[in-house]
Amino acid sequence: MISMIQFSDVLAWIHQLLSSCMAPWLVFLIELVVASVAAVVALLVCVIIMVYMERKVAGHMQLRHGPNRVGWHGVCQLFADIIKLLLKECFTPTRADKLLFVVAPVLSLCVSLLALAPISWGPGLVLWNTNIGVLFVTAISSMGVIGILMAGWSSNNKYALMGAMRSGAQIVSYELSAGLSIVAIVALAGTLNTGGIIESQANGWWILKGHLPAFFAFIIYIIASTAECNRAPFDLAEAESELTAGYHTEYSGMQFGIFYLNEYINMGVVSMVASTLFLGGWQPFYLPFDFGWAHAFNDIMALKFMETWPAWISWVSLAWPLVWFFGKLFLIIFFMMWFRWTFPRLRIDQLLKLEWKYLLPLSIVNLVIIALIVVLGLHF
Amino acid sequence: MKALYNYLKEVAFAFVSLANGLLLTLKYFVTPWKSIITENYPDNRANPSVADEFAGEVILIHDENNEHKCTACTLCQLACPNNSIQIISKQVETEDGKKKKVLDKWVYHLEMCTFCKQCIDACPQDAIKMTNSYELSCFDRSTLTKILNQPGSKLKEKPKVTAKVQE
Repeated sequence: MISMIQFSDVLAWIHQLLSSCMAPWLVFLIELVVASVAAVVALLVCVIIMVYMERKVAGHMQLRHGPNRVGWHGVCQLFADIIKLLLKECFTPTRADKLLFVVAPVLSLCVSLLALAPISWGPGLVLWNTNIGVLFVTAISSMGVIGILMAGWSSNNKYALMGAMRSGAQIVSYELSAGLSIVAIVALAGTLNTGGIIESQANGWWILKGHLPAFFAFIIYIIASTAECNRAPFDLAEAESELTAGYHTEYSGMQFGIFYLNEYINMGVVSMVASTLFLGGWQPFYLPFDFGWAHAFNDIMALKFMETWPAWISWVSLAWPLVWFFGKLFLIIFFMMWFRWTFPRLRIDQLLKLEWKYLLPLSIVNLVIIALIVVLGLHF
Repeated sequence: MKALYNYLKEVAFAFVSLANGLLLTLKYFVTPWKSIITENYPDNRANPSVADEFAGEVILIHDENNEHKCTACTLCQLACPNNSIQIISKQVETEDGKKKKVLDKWVYHLEMCTFCKQCIDACPQDAIKMTNSYELSCFDRSTLTKILNQPGSKLKEKPKVTAKVQE
């Protein structure tokens, strides 16, 4: 990979190009805006794919077809839905707290987009290369509940309020085990920087290198993050059969659309974090072993054979980390959808019991074992 | 120690039972051509697959001799929760001078029927059944009131209980 074109080269070239014709502050501003818009657009494209995927997965798992009328196999269904949502009136109920009601969806959208900042999309392709990346994501993602609570409170609707309260209890609980399983990987990698964590998996993903405890941490993280996204089987915040639609009962039109979008952005961010921590982010699949054919396999995975190819064709290798990154993203999203359309919803006491009596003790024990592995140097 | 063992056993069994469910839905997901049971109704109007048990319109069964089994006992009429059945009977005189009640009109108000199948259960003769027809809407309400016994049909004679041949 070393002789091939890297993302950092491309970015440095763009930076030089801009600097040659503009003032430094203007260059900074343009780079800031373009990079942020690029990240958000990439995520929105993912969201479009995710919504279609969700509906198809749901359909097929429930022995249905899913959308199949608008366009080829219903691929244009989402666009029709978006047009419908945009044309609908954004209705505010009487006696609702108008300001908070309008602010709530925007706030929760902003919060979930903020979590994108330290995500490393490819080698050298990161918006904000900070040494507290993972900490920042966990801190920001737990702020999402504020938007939900705001929506529930301002709707002046008992179902909305109940849904928001449940969501609060749920996110506060599941933050703990999600955080502990993140800490386990941070202990293994020795850094909080997302890029650094991915670099540390250059000889194998942590889920393989960290033995069984890392695998348990992965499972606990997936469960806890599903709960943090308020998705079934933990969708107590919007349990349809109990609370009509929970905290967004009173929302219509694009305000509802933003909450819907928000759910998928949260899923995307959570999956990105999971793939960064456990599945090596943009790293291809490497075997953490030290013998002949494992080396050969790793060389193929690192596209070593492309080094001898002409330069113009090695541009293709730029897409290789992105393929892995988005592949893992959608793999984890598929897991979350698979859970959603298989498991029945938990009761609120079962939900809290699962966290406080099972996941939290297990993840603490798991963390201790991981700490021992790190101290004794037992991992690969 | 027992408590810890039970705790861990519970966790392990939870994962096993969840995995069972996950495998089932994965099977459905990866083999949609086998598992999808939705009918593309207006598209496959020519040959839809409708279950035999599907409860559609009520009919009175007639055999090839234009005979039905309805004795006009009105049990179906009594069983019907929304009065969509009217049994109109008439008295006829048989050859040996007895008066007998026979079916005149089996009136079925399809517009009031909820396809609950209680009439079928009530019938002691199994004279009526439900077809699996489902395209029942029409523009004229009066066509929904149907007379189910065909003109000229009569009660099927029960096979006479003859004395068994002495052996």
